[in-house]
Amino acid sequence: MNAPVPGLKPTTYIGQDVPRPNAKRLLAGRGQYVDDIRLPRELHAAFVRSPHAHAKIVHLNLDAARKAKGVFWCGSGVDVARAVSPWVGVLTHFKGLKSAPQYAVALERATWQGEAVAVVVAQTRAQAEDAAQLVEVDYDPLPAVTNMETALDPATPVIHADLGDNLAFTRGVDTGGVQDVFAGAHLVVEDTFRFGRHTGVCLEPRAITADFNPSEQQLTVYLGNQAPHMMRDIFAKHLDLPESHVRVISRDVGGSFGIKVHVYPDEMAIAGIAKLLGRPIRYLADRLESFSTDIHAREHLVKAKLATDKDGRILAFELDDLTGIGPYSVYPRTSAVEGNQVVNLTGGPYDFKHYLANLKVVFQNKTPTCQYRAVGHPIAVAVTEGLVDLAAQKLRLDPAEFRRRNLIADDNYPYTSASGLKFEALSHHACLDKLLKLMDYKGLRAEQQALRAKGIHRGIGLAALIEVTNPSALFYGVGGARISAQDGCTLRLEPTGWVTALTGVTEQGQGTEGMIAQVVASAVGIPVEHVRVITGDTDVTPYGGGTWASRAAGIGGEAALMAGHTLKANILALAAAILTRDAAGLDLRAAQIVDAATGEVLLPLAEAARIGQYRPDTLPRAFQPELTVSRQYGQRDWPFVFTNGIQASYVEVDTDTGFVKLLKHWMVEDCGTIINPLLVDEQLRGGIAQGIGGALFEECLYDDTGQLLNATMADYLVPMAAEMPDMVIGHVCTPTKSSELGAKGAGEAGTAGAPAAVMNAINDALSTLSARVTEQPFTPERILRALGKV
Amino acid sequence: MKAPSFAYERAESLARACALLHQHAGNARILAGGQSLIPALNLRLSQPDLLIDISQLNELRHITVTATELVVGALTRHADIERSADVKRLFPVLTQAAAQIAHPAIRNRGTMGGSIALADPAAEWPAATLALDMSLTLASERGERRVPADSFFKGIYETGMAQDEMLKSIHIPLPAAGTRSAFGELTRRSGDYAITGAFVTARKSGATLSATRIAFFGVAGQPLLARGAMAALDGTTGDAAAVARAQACLAADLDPIADLYNTPATKLHLSRVLLARLVAQLA
Repeated sequence: MNAPVPGLKPTTYIGQDVPRPNAKRLLAGRGQYVDDIRLPRELHAAFVRSPHAHAKIVHLNLDAARKAKGVFWCGSGVDVARAVSPWVGVLTHFKGLKSAPQYAVALERATWQGEAVAVVVAQTRAQAEDAAQLVEVDYDPLPAVTNMETALDPATPVIHADLGDNLAFTRGVDTGGVQDVFAGAHLVVEDTFRFGRHTGVCLEPRAITADFNPSEQQLTVYLGNQAPHMMRDIFAKHLDLPESHVRVISRDVGGSFGIKVHVYPDEMAIAGIAKLLGRPIRYLADRLESFSTDIHAREHLVKAKLATDKDGRILAFELDDLTGIGPYSVYPRTSAVEGNQVVNLTGGPYDFKHYLANLKVVFQNKTPTCQYRAVGHPIAVAVTEGLVDLAAQKLRLDPAEFRRRNLIADDNYPYTSASGLKFEALSHHACLDKLLKLMDYKGLRAEQQALRAKGIHRGIGLAALIEVTNPSALFYGVGGARISAQDGCTLRLEPTGWVTALTGVTEQGQGTEGMIAQVVASAVGIPVEHVRVITGDTDVTPYGGGTWASRAAGIGGEAALMAGHTLKANILALAAAILTRDAAGLDLRAAQIVDAATGEVLLPLAEAARIGQYRPDTLPRAFQPELTVSRQYGQRDWPFVFTNGIQASYVEVDTDTGFVKLLKHWMVEDCGTIINPLLVDEQLRGGIAQGIGGALFEECLYDDTGQLLNATMADYLVPMAAEMPDMVIGHVCTPTKSSELGAKGAGEAGTAGAPAAVMNAINDALSTLSARVTEQPFTPERILRALGKV
Repeated sequence: MKAPSFAYERAESLARACALLHQHAGNARILAGGQSLIPALNLRLSQPDLLIDISQLNELRHITVTATELVVGALTRHADIERSADVKRLFPVLTQAAAQIAHPAIRNRGTMGGSIALADPAAEWPAATLALDMSLTLASERGERRVPADSFFKGIYETGMAQDEMLKSIHIPLPAAGTRSAFGELTRRSGDYAITGAFVTARKSGATLSATRIAFFGVAGQPLLARGAMAALDGTTGDAAAVARAQACLAADLDPIADLYNTPATKLHLSRVLLARLVAQLA
């Protein structure tokens, strides 16, 4: 037998640390964010916003503002409503969810401090702000509903009289006989957990430039957004335009975290005013406006119980969750989702049968809340893991051992949870084992003991989690939301042999474009540098849902893989026609057409592409090269493809000051096929940092009258690099069988588990001092209070 | 978040800056490093008619050692102080404190004089002026005058400076032999305004403390000398009992006011913890 011809072997970028192609451009300051785009004749808008949390607008006088220098247009809620119809943030699958019609600019009543009551359009933003100061608004302040715990009391005013009460949504789960299980249990632990309202602070604030061309009745919106097709549908509907006459362009977006996937009244107003005036209108939320108008999240009060048998096996969970969502359910995804997720996810990693849950979602006169990174997960995980550690403590069981006894067995799938979630295949035990090894759990415990003798209080906290990723249409579509549950990828073979990829998923700085390029390059058989990815333009990219719910890699990536396979097959068919060989014996590797068996290079891809494009006359008459392909993918096997993971935090608590020093953080997670380890690890690290933010720093502080007290970056404490611990990341890999790629999401697991891990670590450190904290963020004052020092 | 319009002049001399201040009495603001003023303008919390930019007055940017004092020009940047060998040799607590002021980008522009003139109760430098018994030279068209820091701070953002005056230089008496000092602050994040912070200095002969000065910031409407605690420590060795007495005095000395995240009780508790830690560092 002859020695094999040294030929090209198949290669893949899946699983490779490929640097993001856009990183260099963004670092060089050549990103194109909304504020970098300048249109001829554009005008700038500034909003007049209510200083009251709840007030009747008695009179609005725009005369002085209209006469101010540079002012082109001023409008009230009524003026803007001529161009923008109101909306109601409900979906049919959240039975009983109610909300009131919301206008782009308040009509007669402001319902939170920061709600827009008028808008000024001028030649410059400074002029618009000058004129906005001249708008005279006569308010009649109304009692504000701020405390969610009393929102349903008969004495509390009802925010929307037409709705009858302040209850937006309620949901219960009862697997039956739960009270009996608690009554007969060996151990019942219970606790109350409070979660501070916080928000996702994007480096680039919300930004919009809307341009309306009256001659074509065409609206073009440059928008910092995660879901441009969703927004196209919404602009069309509420501005009364054919959907095809709306183009939404989301080029570079400076962070989103779920903040930029909702309908914001001020953005709707800008689009409406552009239509009224027939000119481009620009608006960028300033930092004060971001804090009072970007969606908030996570204001929850949870009372929960856990029952175990004498061996420490979990028998039942009981959950009572109260959450305040502001005056409206946010459109179109609704503000019921977060509480709903808390109900769904509590107890998620564990094998138990009995579950009783009750959720109440109430209106208040605060900034509206909606989905923010890891929606509901940080609450559910903190409640679950807080109770788990408490139970382990009462049973004198090591927390890791307690988890080992209760995590769903790795061979027990598919599994349906007590709350009804369906898990395809998870790896809790493999992750736990790997984590304990990675962190040298025993060694760390020994160190902790040794230091405790010296009066140094260190704590170790574990937090197992599951994460909702790759959602099917059950997330939104079934409830009537026009939010695509699938995504497409179109690949175009250029005459050079390079490939242009257009994808429905979007990029906000997390590396979506790089991920898509890796998948396409691997599927087609070309260098990753030969793939150019285009995202975020509804006139250009395939219809799709965009990037949220950790779906970009799992769903957008799968569509890209399928398109890549198809394009490759078409290229091989073309090559077969050129080479007069059988396509089945050919392969495409490193941009070369090769003999599939030997790897022998037969034809450069560029040459095939050239012929396909410019010289089809040389090909057989019956053969038509197909050099542009599209494929779409929607995940239909499961309501969601769950991932799992476990985190650990190691902290030192200064018991004199209540300060917490984060010493180290570990996470082992299973997101199935990892396309780019670098990007996945950084997603997890960034997510952990954001979770730590909620645990230790971030809280939107309100006074009793509904005034937001800390709407600046000096007063609202985001997590910063100096306080972050080293984060060690490990993986277990269980690809989902719902797709060929096997990728699940990785965007939110870090955020989901970090607060619980930090909380458990603090409480572990405080355990010998009979102190315990369950109110996030764990400020020095709260820790000192728990210690009885203040 | 755009500033309302204002007139602007870059002063070419101290005399010109003073003349402008005089002309526009009450309606002009001095622009030095701009690290507090510019955000205040953009937030429309301050709406002056005129900004007098003194950033090019290099004669105000210096650190000079004389026979009796260290003189710091008002325009000296926080970063200049952080890096000054003279400051480090003579007043290591100032080097330490400079490194705790906000973040490097802010320290590169923000000035010591600006911080003192603004009299932000949470800032480090105003408290340092009290602890180190500094005096301040104020300039105006009417001439110059020198005031002790002790009588300079009047309340939240309030000082004894007249509307037509500006801060020219800061004078720090050279430390007497045996002087020990310590600085510390408690911040939730590096660079944040402190929940509480303090400078402590004392002369040590043998183990005995004398001339103890303790200045707190971030706890009240202005930086404060903790006079009760100072007296409680003077003549002692800074032993546990003396520290406990000094800590007890802080309730009356400071009478802390709440901030966004901390009640007066927490601020008092943390101030006491900080005081004990700083006194321990004097050893």
